[in-house]
Amino acid sequence: MSTIERHQYDVIVIGAGGAGLRAAVEAREANLRVAIICKSLFGKAHTVMAEGGAAASMGNVNEKDNWQVHFRDTMRGGKFLNHFRMAELHAKESPDRIWELETWGALFDRTKEGKISQRNFGGHEYPRLAHVGDRTGLELIRTMQQKIVALQQEDGKKFGSMEANIKVFAELTVTEILKEDGKIAGVYGYWRESGEEVLFEAPAVIIATGGVGKTFKITSNSWEGTGDGHALALKAGANLVDMEFLQFHPTGMVWPPSVRGILVTESVRGEGGVLTNTLGERFMFKYIPDVFIDKYADNEAEADRWYLDQDNNRRPPELLPRDEVARAINSEVKAGRGTEHGGVFLDVSKRLSAEVIKKRLPSMWHQFYELAGVDITKEAMEVGPTCHRVMGGVEVEPDTAAAVGVPGLYAAGEVAGGMHGSNRLGGNSLSDLLVFGRRAGMGASEYAKSAKRVTVSEKAITEAAARAQAPFSRTGGENAYSLHAELQEITHNLVGIVRTGAELEEAIVKIADIRKRSANISVSGGREFNPGFHLAFDLDNMLLVAESTAKSAVLREESRGGHTRDDFPGMNNKWRQINHISSFDGDKVNIRAQALPAIPKELFDLFDIHELEKYLTADEVAKGGSN
Amino acid sequence: MTRKLNMRIWRGNSTDGSLKDVQVEANEGEVVLDVIHRVQATQMGDLAVRWNCKAGKCGSCSMEINGKPRLACMTQVSSFDEEETITVTPLRAFPVIKDLVTDVSFNYKKAMEIPAYAHPADLAPGEARMEQVDVERSQEFRKCIECFLCQDTCHVIRDHEENKKSFAGPRFFIRIAELDMHPLDTLRNRKHTAQEEHGLGMCNITKCCTEVCPEHIRITDNAIIPLKERVVDVKYDPIRWLGSKIGKREGIL
Repeated sequence: MSTIERHQYDVIVIGAGGAGLRAAVEAREANLRVAIICKSLFGKAHTVMAEGGAAASMGNVNEKDNWQVHFRDTMRGGKFLNHFRMAELHAKESPDRIWELETWGALFDRTKEGKISQRNFGGHEYPRLAHVGDRTGLELIRTMQQKIVALQQEDGKKFGSMEANIKVFAELTVTEILKEDGKIAGVYGYWRESGEEVLFEAPAVIIATGGVGKTFKITSNSWEGTGDGHALALKAGANLVDMEFLQFHPTGMVWPPSVRGILVTESVRGEGGVLTNTLGERFMFKYIPDVFIDKYADNEAEADRWYLDQDNNRRPPELLPRDEVARAINSEVKAGRGTEHGGVFLDVSKRLSAEVIKKRLPSMWHQFYELAGVDITKEAMEVGPTCHRVMGGVEVEPDTAAAVGVPGLYAAGEVAGGMHGSNRLGGNSLSDLLVFGRRAGMGASEYAKSAKRVTVSEKAITEAAARAQAPFSRTGGENAYSLHAELQEITHNLVGIVRTGAELEEAIVKIADIRKRSANISVSGGREFNPGFHLAFDLDNMLLVAESTAKSAVLREESRGGHTRDDFPGMNNKWRQINHISSFDGDKVNIRAQALPAIPKELFDLFDIHELEKYLTADEVAKGGSN
Repeated sequence: MTRKLNMRIWRGNSTDGSLKDVQVEANEGEVVLDVIHRVQATQMGDLAVRWNCKAGKCGSCSMEINGKPRLACMTQVSSFDEEETITVTPLRAFPVIKDLVTDVSFNYKKAMEIPAYAHPADLAPGEARMEQVDVERSQEFRKCIECFLCQDTCHVIRDHEENKKSFAGPRFFIRIAELDMHPLDTLRNRKHTAQEEHGLGMCNITKCCTEVCPEHIRITDNAIIPLKERVVDVKYDPIRWLGSKIGKREGIL
């Protein structure tokens, strides 16, 4: 028997961001033993970067809000490509998930009545985002991190060991998910600190690894966003759904170059920030698409009045869903009306006092002041699109978050697909990870309780070990850093915010070439905390993700949400009926079309029929829902 | 504008190490973390450094830059003179793992020793009502990004390994203060345990922690001093002292 470090758990959670921690809490509360594995230190996950807030129709600021309105907004934002059941569960359960955080010690900003305050955001009809200034993600992470500690303290009293039932394995990379007889058996990985390998045996694994942003050159994501969970799931036999949809957040920093891509929260626009080009034009009025024409103001006077009276005025177009704003900025820059650094201006200084800006947008003020030398209380910010969020992800059963086709595998948060359709609304991520993190925890617990424990075979361990050690067995091969930079150039230039069929074809060939060369990566130095070695694994994941995205994108001959084709500029209702399913055959990613589940009548009836006519085919509208 | 930058980077592990001189290009607007990454990609593929968000929000890239505890992602190269050599070394208060990466597990152990938030048993989810002004006191401390620079700079443990056992450090004094000032928390003996179990008394208010905090949290003025004042208030007030003994109601301290 091999002598590597071994652990046995009931449930393994890969990823310690919001979704992973929420899942872990749920599994531990179901009296199971849980391991949380994360690539960084505990509490550093990318969730800390979420700024604006968590969307939940608590109705604290406008009592007209309810789950039906939130559901409608989410479906509209996703251009009706969302899995209706996920959007429904999300809209219904978000308020409870936010209130629950308060019982764990979270301190959200308050309304005058002392309730949780809610702010406006793009695509949300009413003020809906629970927030803490512009550091809401940090509040979520810290609250759940501290909830985990609270549970550990309970266990300490009961069992004499705080880590009896829930343990965090920080700075550990998972290299593969192991199966026996078609079912989940555990995961294999290595400690980043020592390079030593570790085997975890468990019947249920929850993937909560977040996004894929590092596949792209300009991104708001940290180094961790390398699509690990997407690739691990593919390799374990799960499917990815709709990987062509990537959200380019309209407002990332563009200057200086070292901060290019860092997020500028949508709250800046929610609080009244205005977008202008170098001619001084407030250009968003030109870009209101037909489907939104009755909801957004077409003149400055009305847009400005909305901040004071939301019942009698339409919203400013700066608050259109993110895909619309990102494309608009892209068009302005392409037309030569952008700044010398390739951005446009975003100005909140003319609407709010310096004091209010520093209070409502403290980290934005800090970020621009420290990193760009810009005082946003006095001057405009320069902003442009940045790769922010992948809508595509692991195909899951909505109610349990179970990955389709792999018994024992679950996925939640950004790594799961379907919830956001072709475009995510801001604020729906933090609530998504709470709602589906909990559901994944429940689903995995239920499965683990009845599942027969499977022992990982010696053969599987030997093979996993060989793959984990491979980069050290070669010398004089490719440099992982250079290959990563090449991949980022390709995705940026050919699979970016505006795409064409020919460019995507070219990208597919080039990505395949890098993948071939990456098999020959060699690493300098030893196994101890060696970033070059770590990148070799991350790169393999990013390559699979990029292949899946490019291949899905070349097939979808329309423009919708986070997928814009120059050669197919319009939205096509026939394509709305199609999900692209990626699978991996051990050699390459294959894509097939799959019919979207039809919306049941009770949800169908929540919409105005004339609105549905904009998205659905005449046949679908005539049928009026699936039941 | 690109320029050549002279750097000295500490390289080594738990047993041995030294400063290595490197020359690296620096572009306009770059921060120290950018140039470290350039060194990593072009000259030292296995140079170990922690980082995540690169925007001062996650607190991962803590190190000492020219001897001062800083976040590498928030330290502009242009803040140093053209001729100045930038020296980067690992946090001194914690054991080195490799190069610029230290073993900060001390902090996670201390986090587990602070009693968790205790929600009122009779307050259902969604029922809480709090004034903004009341939540703001604790919110200041919840801005903490756990970079542990305050822990690193605190002289109680920086050069006194022996104090670590009985001293939680500034990061956890603000955690205790945060819970103590939390409008809903029901655990009432936090100031007492801060003194008795977490070493609050060892702090002699030199404010070094406040100076290095990248979130500008007023650690000393708003957390440590108020905790100390109230500890003194309770510990040395004879009537309250008597009350606490007679009623055995430590909970109301």
